[in-house]
Amino acid sequence: MTVNKITAKQMARKIIDKESLFLLDVRNSSNYDDWKIEGHHFHYLNVPYFDLLDGVEEILPKLPRDQDIVVVCAKEGSSIMVAEMLVEAGLTHVFSFEGGMKAWSEHLEPVKIGDLSDGGELIQFVRMGKGCLSYMVISQGEAAIIDPTRMTDVYIDYANESGVTIKHVLDTHLHADHISGGRQIAEKTGAAYWLPPKDAEEVTYDYYQLEEGQPITVGTSAIDMHALYTPGHTIGSTSFIVDEKFLMTGDILFIDSIGRSDLAGKAEDWVADLRQSLYSRYRALSDDLLVLPAHFMIIDELNEDGSVSERLGTLFRHNHGLNIHDEQQFRALVTDNLPPQPNAYQEIRLTNMGKQQPDADEQREMEIGPNRCAVRS
Amino acid sequence: MHTLKSDIVLDAQGLACPMPIVRTKKQLNAMQAGQILEVQATDKGSTADLKAWAESTGHHYLGTLEEGDVLKHYIRKANDEGSSDRKHPDVVNNNVLESKLSEDGVAVIDVREEAEFAFQHIPGAVSIPLGELEGRIDQLNKEADIYVICRTGSRSDLAAQKLSKLGFSNVYNVVPGMSEWKGQTEGL
Repeated sequence: MTVNKITAKQMARKIIDKESLFLLDVRNSSNYDDWKIEGHHFHYLNVPYFDLLDGVEEILPKLPRDQDIVVVCAKEGSSIMVAEMLVEAGLTHVFSFEGGMKAWSEHLEPVKIGDLSDGGELIQFVRMGKGCLSYMVISQGEAAIIDPTRMTDVYIDYANESGVTIKHVLDTHLHADHISGGRQIAEKTGAAYWLPPKDAEEVTYDYYQLEEGQPITVGTSAIDMHALYTPGHTIGSTSFIVDEKFLMTGDILFIDSIGRSDLAGKAEDWVADLRQSLYSRYRALSDDLLVLPAHFMIIDELNEDGSVSERLGTLFRHNHGLNIHDEQQFRALVTDNLPPQPNAYQEIRLTNMGKQQPDADEQREMEIGPNRCAVRS
Repeated sequence: MHTLKSDIVLDAQGLACPMPIVRTKKQLNAMQAGQILEVQATDKGSTADLKAWAESTGHHYLGTLEEGDVLKHYIRKANDEGSSDRKHPDVVNNNVLESKLSEDGVAVIDVREEAEFAFQHIPGAVSIPLGELEGRIDQLNKEADIYVICRTGSRSDLAAQKLSKLGFSNVYNVVPGMSEWKGQTEGL
C-alpha cells in the first residue's frame, strides 16, 4: 500500500496560508513536548508509535473525519506505518509527513522581502522548523548571502536558478543555535566569507574581517551594505544596513523579543553592550528601516506572506525589549530566568569555529529542537 | 568497554524507526519474565523511544551502553513480582537500610541481575544475582548483618530464605527495594 504524503514545502505553505490541519504526532512525548510543527490553526494529538503497534482502534474516536490528518514522526518510518494502519481502519484524508521532523528542521522557504533600488531584490529564507532566517541580496548578476544555514545547496541552487554569482557570504555573529553554512558556500563558490573579528578570535580558518563601516558591494552599481557594530548577543555581533532600506539585526533584535547575551558565557558582561546597541545605536537609525532578524520564535511573528520583518519605528513602539527604561530592570530581563539554552550550543559554537568537524548526521543531531536565542518578557 | 550479561542479544543494527521497537517487542514476547534482553541498535532515536516504550508497557529499561556507533540497550522483561507472598520473617524498609549503611559489620547483597546492578546500585553493595547465590555462598560472612535487596522485594525474599536455611542468622529482606530507593546510588 502506498500512503499519501505531504512535503515540508507543502506544510510551509499550509502554515503561511493559515490552513487548518490535524497533526497526529507519533514521536515519544518528551520529543513532542520539546518541539513540534506549529501552525495557526493546527490541532494536535500525540500518541507514540510504539503505543500503536497492536492497532490504532483506541485513537480512532479522537481523530477527525472531516479534516486532513498528517502523521508526523522523527524520520518518517513510523508515520508511514501508522498512516497505513489508519487507512486500513477506513480513514481517508490521511497523509504521512515526508521526511519527518528531520526534513522539517531542514526546510527553507524562500520569500521575497522587496526590491532594491537598482532592480535587484532581497530574499528571505525562512527555516520554519527551527526559526532561523537567512538572506540573499541579489543585484545585477551578483549575490550576497547573510547568515546561511548548513543547507548550502538551497542557496547555491537558488543563485543558479536566478542566474547570479555568489560573491559574498556573511555571518552577523558566531552562531550558537545552528551550524553556519557560510564557510562551505564560500569554498564551493569562491565567494568571500566575512565574520566579525571579535567573534572569530578562536576560529581555525581564514576569513575576511567584518568591521564597522565596511562597505560590501553587490552588483556593478554597488548596492551598499554597510556594517554596524552592535555587540550584546556576542561581543562581535554586527548589523547590516542594505540599500538604505533594510536593517539586518542578526540575533540582537527580533520582532517580538531581543537577543540573549549568555550563550557565550558572558551575560553579565555584555548586558551594557546589548543595551547600548538596542537603545542608542538602533535608536539613531531611521524609523523607516525594515528590520530583518536572524530568527523568529513563534509563528505569530510571520507576516501574511510568510516573511518575518517589521519597521524599526514600529518595534520601538511595540517590542517590549526596546521599552524597558529602567536599566536594572533591563539587566534582570537579560540575566535572570533565562530560557533553556539551545541544544548542543557549545558544540555548535566549536563547529562554527572550525574546531570540530561533525559529519552530516551529527550536525543534524546537534541542531535538533527549537531555537532559543531570545529573551522575552 | 563493559559487556553485561544478557539472556538474549537482539541485533537491530541498521534498522530505522519503528523497527528496533517492533523487533524488541516481538523478542520480549518470546522470553520469560525477568530475563534480560540486550538490543543492539544504530538508530540514535532508539534510546529515548525504548525508554518511553518500556515505561508504558511495564518492562524495565535498565540503561544503554555506547560502543562506537552501536547503542546497546538493556531491558528486563516485566514479571508479576509482588509483595503478597513474601516468606522471610525479618523485613526492613529502605529507610532503615539507608540509616545502617554507615555502620560496621553491615553487608548489602544486591541479588538483581548483573545488568540491573551495573546501571544503578547502592555504593558498597555486592552484586550476587539470585541464580548465583548458592555457588558464591563462601564469599559471605556468617557473622555480619546481611541486608538483601532487589528491585521490589521478591527476589530478595527468596535469597533471604535461602541464606537462612544455609545457616545465616542475621538476614534482612529490604523492601520495597531499588525501585523506590531514594538514597545515594552509583552505576554506569
